[in-house]
This record gives sequence, structure tokens and C-alpha cells, in this order.
Amino acid sequence: MKGLILPVLTLCWREVVRFCRQRSRLTGAFVQPLVFWLLLGGGLRASFRPPGTPAGTSYVEYVYPGILAMVLLFTAIFSTISVIEDRHAGFLQGVLVSPIPRPGIVLGQALGGTTLALVQGVLFLVLAPAAGLSLSLASVVTTVLVMILIAFGLTSLGLVIAWRLESTQGFHAIMNLILLPMWVLSGAFFPMTGVPGWLGWTMRLNPLTYGMAALRRSLYLGSPAAAGPVPQLIPALGITVVFGLLAFMAAADAARRSTV
Amino acid sequence: MASPEPDSARARREMAVEIEDLRHAYGDRVALAGVTFGVARGEILGLLGPNGGGKTTMFKILSTLLPVSHGIVRIFDHDIRREAHHVRSHLGVVFQHPSLDPKLTAMENLLHHGHLYGLRGPALRGRAEALLCRLGLAERARDRVETLSGGLTRRTELARALVHQPDLLLLDEPSTGLDPGARRDFSGYLAQLRDQDRITVVLTTHLLDEAERCDRVGILHQGKLVALGTPDELKAKLGGDVVVIHSGSPEGLRVRIRERFGCEPVLVDGSLRVERPRGHEFVREVVDAFPGEVKSVTYGKPTLEDVFVHLTGRRLWGEGANGGAV
Repeated sequence: MKGLILPVLTLCWREVVRFCRQRSRLTGAFVQPLVFWLLLGGGLRASFRPPGTPAGTSYVEYVYPGILAMVLLFTAIFSTISVIEDRHAGFLQGVLVSPIPRPGIVLGQALGGTTLALVQGVLFLVLAPAAGLSLSLASVVTTVLVMILIAFGLTSLGLVIAWRLESTQGFHAIMNLILLPMWVLSGAFFPMTGVPGWLGWTMRLNPLTYGMAALRRSLYLGSPAAAGPVPQLIPALGITVVFGLLAFMAAADAARRSTV
Repeated sequence: MASPEPDSARARREMAVEIEDLRHAYGDRVALAGVTFGVARGEILGLLGPNGGGKTTMFKILSTLLPVSHGIVRIFDHDIRREAHHVRSHLGVVFQHPSLDPKLTAMENLLHHGHLYGLRGPALRGRAEALLCRLGLAERARDRVETLSGGLTRRTELARALVHQPDLLLLDEPSTGLDPGARRDFSGYLAQLRDQDRITVVLTTHLLDEAERCDRVGILHQGKLVALGTPDELKAKLGGDVVVIHSGSPEGLRVRIRERFGCEPVLVDGSLRVERPRGHEFVREVVDAFPGEVKSVTYGKPTLEDVFVHLTGRRLWGEGANGGAV
């Protein structure tokens, strides 16, 4: 086990270094969620007042935690694509023939993706006052912790897909069928209150719903009513942790079965 | 598992790779149809063959990327199926496709690779610096790999594969995309590793000049090892010299040569090939006998390509097609 720490850390470190050396990714990481936030928030604020939240909550504020989750999701998607490309004709070939067990490789990838997602999430968290949120220190610390858990879960889920797919072509279908609907149906975009029954159940079964709830609870740590009618922090955190572990185990298993 | 005979036990210790009846199929398509051979320690073995001959499958199995489905593969007396972990620590692998991170520098790539094998600190850095120096890369160590030329990148790939001091170096089409001069340099480095570090090398290639520089060459064709020996041994199996006759009507000429000289010319790519001792005399005799029918005649000592044609009746295509391998 001790022998695994160095390889895992070096895999994680490599993800961070190569991210910092790609200027387009750096800019994109910050600008993209900002654009989404302004477009969605600005476009929907006049026609949509989130039900179940205190009077005066604007849509710009409502969707802010949702955009935070989107940042984490997009980073996970990007890690997934790079793993698919790396496996057959790239960096991962050399890693696969080294003595590191496959779960160790997956752990390095998952931690690397989590680190990148976290850095981008924290950058976006700086904009919280612009959404009308004033965060206490306890709130910031909890939010960062929740972001780590969500990012780990989403990156691991992406890795399950990456280790099973042979090419990036199939990935787009999966992204549109699974990952983006997961985000839309997590309470990031609209709350569960007042949706048709079948949709409500889909949202209850969506693991990201609980990540989203934990995010809202931690951002509104001092004023729980403002978080709206979402699950409480502790159960939401519990489900997010379990989801992360299951996704990681599934990814490690997919990596073990993969022949090349 | 020790053999009761001391001699064979010693012989086994001297073997780097032992392969027995190795078979592999992708669905219905057979890639390896029962291959058996061994590689001695400190030897450079080249696996020559056209694309689709089974080379890449062999490379993937030896490098532990593909599981052994039938047969036995032992590397330094460890069964690759049961002791993959142990085998991996002895392997250095250079892939056909780039496996360096282009966003990292040459040095960073080497350090990263060393960490994967549990190496660290000044010892690792020293080893990486020495390797880069030895391969003529010292001045570019701090440049990102994406800025290096094809030849330099290839050498960095080699350096990366050597960081953890492997005993067996596996290379898949190592000189893909290199010009003949850079290919010769690369082969020179491999010979140096064999002589100074006693590293065993197994490489796949479809290039004759690369195969010529190996200690022994195995020819893989349609999943079978059709020949194995030193380049000279393989060429000596042919009957002396190789005469290639270009003619306007090769089929007719073939029949007439057979009748007149009692030998069997082979028609390959529209020209006739005859293997004969004292080929220069045969050239004169043919031209004298059929003056109107011979457009041109070439005569030479056999090459490995002639060996390949002799064994398979086909040409090993694309000597000049460097990047053609898929």
C-alpha cells in the first residue's frame, strides 16, 4: 500500500501540470461557467422565480450553486475524454505496462480530476458575492469539502465510462444521455417542488441531486431556509460519499477488465 | 519447478524470454497460430513481417497489455500470466505511438516514469540526467516534448523506457517515422545497451535495414514464425545469389527458363526471381538464351526481403513506407 502513494501522487501531479500549461483550458475553465451563469441567470430571471425559496431570491442566485456543480461536471467530462485518448496512443500506454495495479492508476486519475475540478470550483466560488451570497468561513470550508466529494464522484463516474469505451465517438452519446441529464435533473436548474411525479422520482433517484443539496446546504449554512426544500446536509453528504465510493469501485473494476 | 538436469536449468537461466505454442485470436481472426521460440539474455531479436503478420499481437502479449489466452510465455523464468506484476518491473517498453506527455519536458517525463516504478529523489534525477546525456538529449532536457523533432522524441521515448533499469526492452516498430540515418543511430544505441548493460532487446519491424542490424531475426507471417536465425543464416538458406529478371512476357519466359535450366523461377510483382549459386554466370546464360525477352536483369546477394519472398511467395511491402504500420 505504501508503495502506491508515490505513483498515485505523480499521476495526479501530471494532470495538474498539463492543465496549467494549456492556456485555452485555463481560460475556458473560468470563462465558460461565467458565461453559462450570465446567460441562464440573466435569461430566466424575469420568467422564473424558484418555488420554495424565500421571497426575493432571484434566479441568478438560485442557479449559482447549479453552475458550481456544472464546473465540476465539465471537468470530469474532460478527464474522461483524455483517458480514452491516452489509453490507445498516448501517455497511459507506459503507465499500463508499469507494475502499478490498475486501481492505483484509477485512483491517480480520479484524484487528478478532482484536484482540477476543485481549483476551478474555488475560482468560481470567489464570485459568490456577485450572486448575492455572503459566505462565512465555516460555509466556505464546508462548500469546498462538498465540492471535493462531488468532484471525486463525478470523475470516477466518468472513468467508469472511459475505461469501457474504445473511442471518444461513443462518449458523446453517453454524455448526452447520462451526464447532462444528471445535471439538469439534480435541482441545479430547477427545484423538485411542483414537478410531475415521475420527474420528481427521477430526481430523487439521481445521485447528483444529493450532491447538489449538500452544496446548497453548505452555501446557506447559516440560514437553512434560504437553501429551499432540499435534503438535509448530513444525509445528502452520506449519499454523496457512498456514490463516490461505488463509482470509484466500478471504475477500478472496468480498468481491471480492460485489455488495452 | 526446478529442472532435474543442471544443464537445462542453467540454460533456462540464460534465457530472457521463452514462448511455447502461443496462440491468439481476435474473434474469428487468428493473429498468432502457435508460435514457439526463445530469446537469449543480451541478444537483440527482431520480429520481421508485414502488417497483420502477428508482430503487434506478440508485442502486446510480451508487454502484458494482452493476456495470454493459449500457450506459455516466461520472462526471466517468470510466467507472464501468473506473475505479471513481477514481470512488469523487469520490462522497458517503447510503443509505436508516442507515449510521452507532450506538455511535460523530457526530464519531467523521465522523472514521472521513475516515480511509477517507485524511484525518487537524487538517485532518480541522477539516473535520468545520465540517460539523457548518453542519448544526446542533455541540452533539450528542459524543453517540452512537443517542441522536439521526431528523432529526438524517439530517443526520449527510449530514455523513458530505460529509467528504471529494465532487463528486457520491448520496442514496437521503434523507427516508425525516422529517416534511415536516424534509424541507424537508434540501432546504434540499442547495440550499446546490449554490450554495456547486457539488456535483452525484442523489437518488431517491417523495415529490412532495421532487421539486418539485429542479432537474430524471426519472420512472422500469417501468425506463424516461418524462420528464425541470424540474418546471415537466413540468407544462406537461399541457394546462393538472387537474380531478378524483368520481361515483357514473364509467364512465357518462366516456362522457357524452367525447360532450359531446370530451375523454378518465382513470379513476384510481375518479375521473375531465381535463386542460384554463381548468379553472375546465370545472368549471362539467360540473356544469351532469350535475347529479345529480357528487359533488364538484376543480380545480388540475397537480402532479408529475398528470404521473405522465398518463404512466403510474397513481397514484404513498403520498404519506403515508414508510417504505414497500423
